[in-house]
Amino acid sequence: MALNAKTLSDEEYFYGHKACAGCGGSLAVRMALKVLGENSVAVLPAGCMSAVGFNFPQLCFSNNAIISTFAGTASMLTGIEAGLRAQGITDFHAVGFAGDGGTADIGIQALSGAIDRNDNIIYICYDNEAYMNTGIQKSSLTPFGARTTTTPAGENIRGNLRPKKNMFEIVAAHDIPYAATASIGYIDDFINKVEKASKINGTKYIHVIAPCPTGWGVATDETVDIAKEVVDCGLWYLAEYEDGGYKLNYRPKKFTDAADYLKRQGRFKHLTDDDIDIIKASRDKKWAYIDKNFK
Amino acid sequence: MKPYLRDKIPVGFEEIPDAPAYEAGYLVTKNAGWRNKRPVINSQKCVGCLRCYMYCPDGVIYKKDGKVDIDYDFCKGCEICRKVCKIGAIEMEAEK
Repeated sequence: MALNAKTLSDEEYFYGHKACAGCGGSLAVRMALKVLGENSVAVLPAGCMSAVGFNFPQLCFSNNAIISTFAGTASMLTGIEAGLRAQGITDFHAVGFAGDGGTADIGIQALSGAIDRNDNIIYICYDNEAYMNTGIQKSSLTPFGARTTTTPAGENIRGNLRPKKNMFEIVAAHDIPYAATASIGYIDDFINKVEKASKINGTKYIHVIAPCPTGWGVATDETVDIAKEVVDCGLWYLAEYEDGGYKLNYRPKKFTDAADYLKRQGRFKHLTDDDIDIIKASRDKKWAYIDKNFK
Repeated sequence: MKPYLRDKIPVGFEEIPDAPAYEAGYLVTKNAGWRNKRPVINSQKCVGCLRCYMYCPDGVIYKKDGKVDIDYDFCKGCEICRKVCKIGAIEMEAEK
């Protein structure tokens, strides 16, 4: 039976943390742990969720949780899984929560290695599209045009020059048993993907868009709304990779205006109409690819 | 187990273990001081759809008698609950 608000566990495992008001990443961690339960061992590399969860002696995880090196989320998951298995423990989930920088830049080698070994772990990338914890520096998952402190917007250069790295398909290209994209704006879809991942043997990867009000320049109450809009306007998609094939979970009948999505965020305020046309053109190209190759 | 506020708050090094590990779910501070507005649920209007419960980043909204209630010790006042409530059963009130 599909998980929903009524069937999901009432227990909270990530509580009292110091994330900014309206934090999307903390919602992703909270919901994933509610699905996986108290026997999950969480690994958090340097990033927002370790900074807000472990303020010694204030520990906001009530399951076992540990901070890893920035690059070592996946390798620490490997070790935890092997260690527990060696002790004869079988009822657990080794789950990692890394940000976009900790996944697509710094942790990609360890993640690739873990997928190659097909270790029985769940890797969740909460993507807030920049290094938010250290003050909004560009990562390779920062979208084109976004203003960050390392890609400032001025007269000559208007924010980030490079497109968002296609992490989902990079992971899928390893022929991983299960990979999925999600958004906290579609929370039921996300929790059901986490549940599905928890029942699959081997390496699982879930890439969830988790807006950051501080870094994106939106009000704290807009997090969920904007996480939904990014899917509705076609700049993000909900899909799965399983058994060697891609599957699209949701196809908006008609995209909402991407300009509305962009212009409501402080990080895209500087974009010109030409910049927005570039973004729309790359979106349409991506969807042509999705319609052709995804089931 | 939900992490909860402890009576004992370590203040000196001698009260903190030497090992780089500590008891899980050990809370020593609240987050109530972060907000200047608090969400208030109108229980007459609330239909118990649980959207606010699902979307609260801090998990401070909990189920109670078929409806919901809020743990104000840890609510940061982000207003996501008000925004996702489709029937307008949550309103913000200024903290005095």
